[in-house]
Amino acid sequence: MIDLDPQMAAALQTFFEESRELLQDMENALLFMEDAGADSERINAVFRAAHTIKGSAGLFGLEEVVRFTHRLENLLDQIRSGITELTPVRITLLLSCGDHIAGYLDRIATESSLDQSFLAEDLRLLGDLAAQLGSSPIASTVPATAPALAPTTLAPTVSPFTEPECSNSPDSVQTGNWHISLRFGLDTFRDGMDPLSFLRYLEQIGEIVGIVTLTDRLPPLSEMDAESCYLGFEISFKSSADKAKIADVFDFVKESSTIHILPAHSQITAYLQLIQQLPEADKHLGEILVAVGSLTPEELKGALALQDSSSQGGQHQPLGEILVAQNMVQEPVVQGALEKQQQQREHQVVERQMLRVRAADLDQLVNLVGELVIASAANSLYAAQNNAEERIESAAQVARLVEDIRDGALHLRMIDVAEVFQRFPRVVRDTARTLGKDIRLEISGEGTELDKSMAEKITDPLMHLVRNAMDHGIESAERRHALGKPAQGCISLHACHDASGILIEVRDDGGGLNREKILGKAIEKGLATPEQQLSDQEIYALIFAPGFSTADQVSDISGRGVGMDVVRQNIEAIRGSIEIQSTPGAGSTMRIRLPLTLSIIDGFLVKLATDTFVIPSESVEECLEYPEQQGTVGYMVLRDQALPLLHLTRVFRFDAQPEKRRNVIVVRHGQDRVGMVVGAILGNQQTVIKPLGKLFEQVPGISAATILGNGDVAPILDIPALIHHHTSAKHSH
Amino acid sequence: MNMLPAGDGTAQVERWGGQYLIVQLQAESFGVDITAVREIIAYVVPTQIPMMPTFVVGVINLRGQVVPIIDIARRFGRPATAIHKRSCITIVDLQEGESRQRLGVIVDAVNEVLEFSEEQIEPAPQFGAGLRTEFIRGMAKVANQFIVLLEMERVLSLDEMAELAAIAADAAAGP
Repeated sequence: MIDLDPQMAAALQTFFEESRELLQDMENALLFMEDAGADSERINAVFRAAHTIKGSAGLFGLEEVVRFTHRLENLLDQIRSGITELTPVRITLLLSCGDHIAGYLDRIATESSLDQSFLAEDLRLLGDLAAQLGSSPIASTVPATAPALAPTTLAPTVSPFTEPECSNSPDSVQTGNWHISLRFGLDTFRDGMDPLSFLRYLEQIGEIVGIVTLTDRLPPLSEMDAESCYLGFEISFKSSADKAKIADVFDFVKESSTIHILPAHSQITAYLQLIQQLPEADKHLGEILVAVGSLTPEELKGALALQDSSSQGGQHQPLGEILVAQNMVQEPVVQGALEKQQQQREHQVVERQMLRVRAADLDQLVNLVGELVIASAANSLYAAQNNAEERIESAAQVARLVEDIRDGALHLRMIDVAEVFQRFPRVVRDTARTLGKDIRLEISGEGTELDKSMAEKITDPLMHLVRNAMDHGIESAERRHALGKPAQGCISLHACHDASGILIEVRDDGGGLNREKILGKAIEKGLATPEQQLSDQEIYALIFAPGFSTADQVSDISGRGVGMDVVRQNIEAIRGSIEIQSTPGAGSTMRIRLPLTLSIIDGFLVKLATDTFVIPSESVEECLEYPEQQGTVGYMVLRDQALPLLHLTRVFRFDAQPEKRRNVIVVRHGQDRVGMVVGAILGNQQTVIKPLGKLFEQVPGISAATILGNGDVAPILDIPALIHHHTSAKHSH
Repeated sequence: MNMLPAGDGTAQVERWGGQYLIVQLQAESFGVDITAVREIIAYVVPTQIPMMPTFVVGVINLRGQVVPIIDIARRFGRPATAIHKRSCITIVDLQEGESRQRLGVIVDAVNEVLEFSEEQIEPAPQFGAGLRTEFIRGMAKVANQFIVLLEMERVLSLDEMAELAAIAADAAAGP
């Protein structure tokens, strides 16, 4: 784990990523079956996921993972073969096992130790698994004590004729062990495989009784290539696993290496065949087989005699015929091979469709495209100045193409919101259990695309909202019954594209927000005064205030009172907003609006003194001329309502004289509307957001900068901060 | 890097030999370690960022990157640098912890690049240079004159400048 060369470390990283994806697939399949009942395709998918994780973990020598996954696989195997039924209890157990494997992976990835509670969980799950397996035989926990019986006792699972060749027929050899003959391919090391790890993994499913390393292929030292693998092994192997299982161990090298697996009690001719097929001298090989313990000296003698007689006869039976005649090729192996091939083909198709790209490279590309947009704008500008027709035209064409490229580049960063939503079935299921409520989850609009970095940042707030809705929103079954609602509550997650961005809704069909309770709590916490006349919206918005929680009892689902405040902050950090709609008795909806991307902004260009500033279009409601006649100072009347005004030149302490022509831009954030008094309005422009860096972090009211078509830098106004600053200043007076 | 004790000065000086860009700032010459200098560009009018301390003149667009521009004369507590025909901006890259920070410094002129051996560099005087001592890396002797070699990491310390910016912003936002 610790001393891996970079290549191995990278491979391990891939293993972690793929395993997590597999675990997610497994979870999805299990949850689906929980609702829709077991189906063999999904059971197989779950089994394959566990099996692949086990196999890969074995390659990296992650013994604990292999050990645990193996037990899990045993249960899955029984379910797959119909011996054990897939009950809800077992689904819960399997889900926990999936979590546990994820726990293993996380701990290995962070190189943290397996703590006491984790090990306790390990024991508990293994105990549960064993209990579920009941008295059925377990491959690795019951080592083949009775070799003659071992292969038959297990694996009635895979197909009706699994172990055809078993009983002590007169021609079969005495030993009850499998014989495995391995010749690793020259490129084994170069392919990133380690022969030893295969042997180590082999030991997971049985016992290596005897082993001889073959070095016959080793060339003289001068010709030897240190990166080539010349090794071969003859192994006598005691196991109750079936041939497919043993063959699977060598799955990763089966193409490049020569592998022969002889079942226990094979016909002596099978050994003979093996001896003939292998490249080493027959006699030498025979001795090795004896040394390994697969053949007795007498058997060897007999075999060689048989070989002599058959070669004198001059005709070799075709290999395939012999194999089939001796039932060496077992049906499961063929099936397994076909399945593998199919899988590989499917995998290749997926690989052709998807490409893993480093996120940083993508960011770099998007940045460069941003530059291109700016350069192209400048280009158009100069062309227009020269008034050369052709040049204007070609500049326009370039600009159009650049815009297409920009859209394409931004699109590369987009993922389906389904990737965010896919965690929620599990969250809802588990939370519902903890709460003792019956709640189903409905998901719609999974195909809506959003920026990947945004997807990462929205997951936690969504999680919180969903849990909150389940805990506080949806009533208990009794209460729902009394109200004449269906006993099963419903949470729905919905995503869609909105005018300027993405809309994500978390809806519940619960009791809705309790206006009186919220107000009472807010007054109690000093967030509102009893005299205030607040609209419903204003009251609902109170739940986003720091330290607000109406839960009478603090549960471990929600109710710590930090939640909604943090939710709002997280959403605002990615330039989003959240609002609440609630109908008493019918449920509430949390509506989150997010910008399409974090790197480009639709901006409203305004002049302040001599400088240009950008106001994000998403917060602009309307533009008005500045009224020279005002009633109250600091306010103007807009459709019979008082609109507070914020003179930006004053806020930013510009010394310049007030401009002759002034305009008011009405901006909105949450429930607050403010008129920003600016100079000239220069129009709308899509611009690339440039971070301003540490030096400007503390400037209130400016969030970032952008570069205009003429190459000038323009600061982007931070509207929420400005409004907040304004309202808090107002309160303090 | 705090103020160096006099005794340690010589040990440090040894590493400081090398090439220095000699820039002119209000009739005085300063040396800037050439390894930190990325390029020198003609003066462009920076975009002002409101509520910043006076030494932060604003930001410019350097091939798509937003780069803060510092008036180091103001940073030294002197009057603001007047802009004229020969004014230029020296772009420097400074290593600040893990990250590299790119900044522009307004200077009146860029004169030459000089190479100083270790022996030519003397430790910073405790007083008399008219600058905070930690801003000075050493004094280089050229033709019986001393040129102050600036410790740019200190002069343009982001931590310190950001703190000052916060104070300036607070003062501006205050009642």
